Amino acid sequence: MNFALTVILGLVGLFALAALMRWGARHALTGQARAMAHDMPLTAAFGILVILIYTAVAIAAPALAPFPERDIVGTQFQAWSADHPLGTDRIGRDMLSRLIYGARNTVGIAFATTALAFVVGSILGLWAALVGGWLDQVLSRLVDALMAIPALIFSLLLLTIFGTSILSLILVIAAVDATRVFRLARAVAQGIVVMDYIEAAKLRGEGSWFLIRREILPNALAPLVAEFGLRFCFVFLAISSLSFLGLGIKPPTADWGSMVRDNATLITFGDVTPLLPAGCIALLTVAVNFVVDWQLHRASGLKEQ
Amino acid sequence: MDGLTQTRSGPRRTATGGRTPWEDIVLSNVLRIILVRVALGIGLLFIVSLVIFWATELLPGDLATQLLGQSATPETVAALRDQLGLNDPAPVRYWMWLSGAVTGDFGVSMANGRPIAEMIGARLGNTVFLALYAAALSVPISLVLGILAALWRNSVFDRMANAGALTAISFPEFFVAYILVLWLAQTGLFPSMVRINPTTDLGDRLYMTFLPALTLTLVVTAHMMRMTRAAIINLMASPYIEMARLKGLSPLRIVLRHALPNALAPIINVIALNLAYLITGVVVVEVVFVYPGLGQLMVDAVSNRDIAVVQAVALIFAAAYVSLNLIADVLSTITNPRLMHQR
Repeated sequence: MNFALTVILGLVGLFALAALMRWGARHALTGQARAMAHDMPLTAAFGILVILIYTAVAIAAPALAPFPERDIVGTQFQAWSADHPLGTDRIGRDMLSRLIYGARNTVGIAFATTALAFVVGSILGLWAALVGGWLDQVLSRLVDALMAIPALIFSLLLLTIFGTSILSLILVIAAVDATRVFRLARAVAQGIVVMDYIEAAKLRGEGSWFLIRREILPNALAPLVAEFGLRFCFVFLAISSLSFLGLGIKPPTADWGSMVRDNATLITFGDVTPLLPAGCIALLTVAVNFVVDWQLHRASGLKEQ
Repeated sequence: MDGLTQTRSGPRRTATGGRTPWEDIVLSNVLRIILVRVALGIGLLFIVSLVIFWATELLPGDLATQLLGQSATPETVAALRDQLGLNDPAPVRYWMWLSGAVTGDFGVSMANGRPIAEMIGARLGNTVFLALYAAALSVPISLVLGILAALWRNSVFDRMANAGALTAISFPEFFVAYILVLWLAQTGLFPSMVRINPTTDLGDRLYMTFLPALTLTLVVTAHMMRMTRAAIINLMASPYIEMARLKGLSPLRIVLRHALPNALAPIINVIALNLAYLITGVVVVEVVFVYPGLGQLMVDAVSNRDIAVVQAVALIFAAAYVSLNLIADVLSTITNPRLMHQR
């Protein structure tokens, strides 16, 4: 129960820091940024703060971690102590160091995957909406068929075929999620391509690439950015789940999903250590969701106020 | 009377003239929509099975070499290929696979040569049991919570429920599962591992699978609650609700009698979507609780790269997913007052 208290205190502290940050932003910033800071709910400020902390930890991992991620520095399952603040894992690697490196590996891989899914999905989606006709039909029906298979099941099927390396993990998850991005990008762009200015640009003789890049994309950006956040959460959870199942990122690379599985035996003895990496996953996903929620709320014109 | 007999004798009769009773028009219309949707669903299942089958074609090497492993000589491989029908062209093999799958014969595992139907057998029942158990817990809870949140919109309860739901959606399933293990299994209230076999009676089964079912419930309740709330709040802005309010009806009566029937279609969709989500959810949860279900089988098969088993399980999961979506569509058509009471 002592531990639960620490967690609650930590979260309260983060919220207080977020409130302070928001207060600072409201006073220091000017113009549009200031207006944004003004209608920002506390949850969104909390989300931004957490994302910033994760980014900082991921970038500065080697400087922050007391030990290298792969080195065996003690006996197995040591308790929390001054030397090893969070103890050691199943084969004696420092938990804290692996947790810190996990920010780099797990989040980095999830981010790269989301970015890839986004580039492929949105370009194809915008293109399909712009060109229409048989290209649109072929791509849309293909995506429909692929989306009829649940994402996790389809990823498992593809991983069986391509093997379970990090590269195939990234490609498989990106491919599966690109179908979802395609759907949204196409739906958004379909409302835009019927506008007069697109017609005008077409009459000027602009090519498809120019139309997508300069005319459609800027107007489709708001929903796509919100979708990026949501997609990141899905990808992040999918990669963590696969790693947890032993089919994603594998030891000795420090990864939060596989760390939970590796040390799960401790939980049955009432030790919370294996929950920490899972908690890291949950905290980041909550943070991103809070920010996305705020952005969607803004984009919807404050309908629910 | 005449109208009723007509309806019974065949809904295929199309509406002609003003004399036809409304049942006829409604039935023919709704029935046509439903039939088209079912046909589309079956077509989709075919395409899904094609995609899953096509996966084997991408695999380097083939089933015969995989099955024989080290002891493969050109002669034995050729003999086994012949026996398994691997020399046939792909369309023929697809047809054999699909017709086998429909009758419950999925071929043999590549890892141990056992018939897949035998491996799936009891596990399928276990997984369905777990999913239904979770559904029975989560559907009533999330409907009640969603309606209450819509009723007390922007109250403390609503905000707490929303923040809680958003948090629960963001948690990986295994995190929720292990928190429950730490909290409920640690004290010895519930077992953290599920040991069931076909002879376990229902009471024991419900007790043993409580933790996995509760995990799934927590994960899907959040989604269902949020969407139920959104569906009802959307309707609450419409003029006829305002009318009801001005008439002086109580908020509860407005929600239950006026908003809920119109919100049924989106809510049914949400429930079906989440039941479909349970299908993928079970995979992780089954592994955490060592539950003898299909998800566990599939994960094992993926790490052994046993494509035949993966295909069979993927086909079952995908079929369940497609059918759930189909049922949702049909049900929301039936519950749509505008379609049922067409003028």
